[in-house]
Amino acid sequence: MNASDLAPTYDLAVIGGGPAGLAAASLAARAGLSTVLFDENPGIGGQIYRGITSTPVTDRTILGEDYWAGAELAAEAKTSGALIVGGATVWSLDPQRIVGVSIGGKARLIEARRVIIATGAQERPFPVPGWTLPGVMTAGGAQTALKAQGLLPAGRTVIAGTGPLLWLLAAQILRAGGKIEAILDTTPRANWLRALPHLPDFVLSPYFAKGLKLLREVRAKAPVVRADRIEAVGTERLSEVRFGRGDGDRRIAADLLLLHQGIVPNVNLAIAAGVAHEWNERQLCFQPVLDPDFGSSVPGIAVAGDGAGIAGGTAAAERGRIAAIAAVCALKPQATVPDPQTVRQRLQREEMGRAFLDWLNRPAERFRQPEGDTLVCRCEEVTAQQVHDMAAMGCEGPNQMKAFLRCGMGPCQGRLCGLTVTELIAQQRDTTPAEVGYYRLRPPVKPITLAELASLPISEIERKAVER
Amino acid sequence: MFKRLAEAGAPVAITVDGKAISARAGDTVAAALLVAGIDHCRTTPVTGAPRAPYCLMGVCFDCLVTVDGVGSRQGCLVPVREGMTIETQLGKREAGR
Repeated sequence: MNASDLAPTYDLAVIGGGPAGLAAASLAARAGLSTVLFDENPGIGGQIYRGITSTPVTDRTILGEDYWAGAELAAEAKTSGALIVGGATVWSLDPQRIVGVSIGGKARLIEARRVIIATGAQERPFPVPGWTLPGVMTAGGAQTALKAQGLLPAGRTVIAGTGPLLWLLAAQILRAGGKIEAILDTTPRANWLRALPHLPDFVLSPYFAKGLKLLREVRAKAPVVRADRIEAVGTERLSEVRFGRGDGDRRIAADLLLLHQGIVPNVNLAIAAGVAHEWNERQLCFQPVLDPDFGSSVPGIAVAGDGAGIAGGTAAAERGRIAAIAAVCALKPQATVPDPQTVRQRLQREEMGRAFLDWLNRPAERFRQPEGDTLVCRCEEVTAQQVHDMAAMGCEGPNQMKAFLRCGMGPCQGRLCGLTVTELIAQQRDTTPAEVGYYRLRPPVKPITLAELASLPISEIERKAVER
Repeated sequence: MFKRLAEAGAPVAITVDGKAISARAGDTVAAALLVAGIDHCRTTPVTGAPRAPYCLMGVCFDCLVTVDGVGSRQGCLVPVREGMTIETQLGKREAGR
């Protein structure tokens, strides 16, 4: 697929090929909308179903049945008539729904009558001392390597943090025959207080039985230690992990440290498109302001899946369907679509138990608001102390902070420091993250080369506009 | 740091800083570097600290490498191809590299 093969206009452009994007594109194409789906990865599936059509992991018990459920979604999308383009990086989306996309080093601008942003989630920053050392990775990264390439951690592996993915990854590594030296559980005990009122809903949800089974499976094979301090130590690469509770100080030699403290919406494209966002205090992240059909503040642009607020993969697919039904009803009212009420009921069922999981796995303040020399911005190597000092001097927000320290101005464009900088400023200035706000993000939201920009087709009118 | 569960996928010959490495079809550049035991793929422009792939999902930009002469490509998003030339990036990317 070349950029030049794209049509100039589509009824619907879906950005992201995870569960939300696949379900949305599939439903819309089947209802007769000309639909294109872009994903920057070589294959579809998003992160949760990463490598679903190509994984070399053939033993189905390793990744588990919840993973393989993605195969159906992928097959449905492939036969739906939607044009699915892998290796396609969307670097721009404007309120007029002009989509800037690069494929194989060539860029194109296409128009879409409707857009569904399904860019999903990323892992929450986990700024502990030494988190930039080679040998330290995210748990999600290790899981991606397992799903997509069948890579298993070798050597001494330590997993640290909180949240369901941490336990799922541990189970998958163990099932595949891997070894885990220790799991450092950073879930604050006090979280139970706020989680307990939501326990009844959780018990009734599909997560309950699965979660218990997973915990039992992992605890039987790997030592689990509670920790409220974690430090990755090494000079050129990780050599040991220091951790402890209270005054305790323990060390464990390690080759690989996998960090995880939950996932947060991947907001860059939506914010750059002008979609209004709000602070979610329970999930401690920014999420788009959406109507019941997942329509955003920008007409014609919806945000579905975990990008709309974290709810998990199966909920993401239902959200994608709801957003797609809205797009079909707006563009082709006579088309047949599934009954939206049925989809909403399924979504409600999938979202049950989420409040309990969110409150229980809410990461501790000290792992979200680092101190001293701990790097906050990995790209520009800005420390927590620098951000603290600047906020104390009167710097009011993350955008001013960029001007002073360059945090958020490296290649990741704030993805790995945005939430930390917002929270640190709020803490220092005794206000709320909602009040402080987030980085102002502008296209291109992914780096593109000048050659790619120069490859954009030019019309005769455009050429005449600049020619003398 | 990582080993392959199974030697599935056809071998793909690539070079990393001039050294021949056998990757597998289905590998991304970042995955190929990890399994080959290459301990870092770039050093940072600010302090020259070594970095290795961190998120493998396109958000951290720590796996930036030069692929077939084009600098600062995200290794975790680029599939390996027979004959691909990969160079690790040292500090600031120099003009003309």
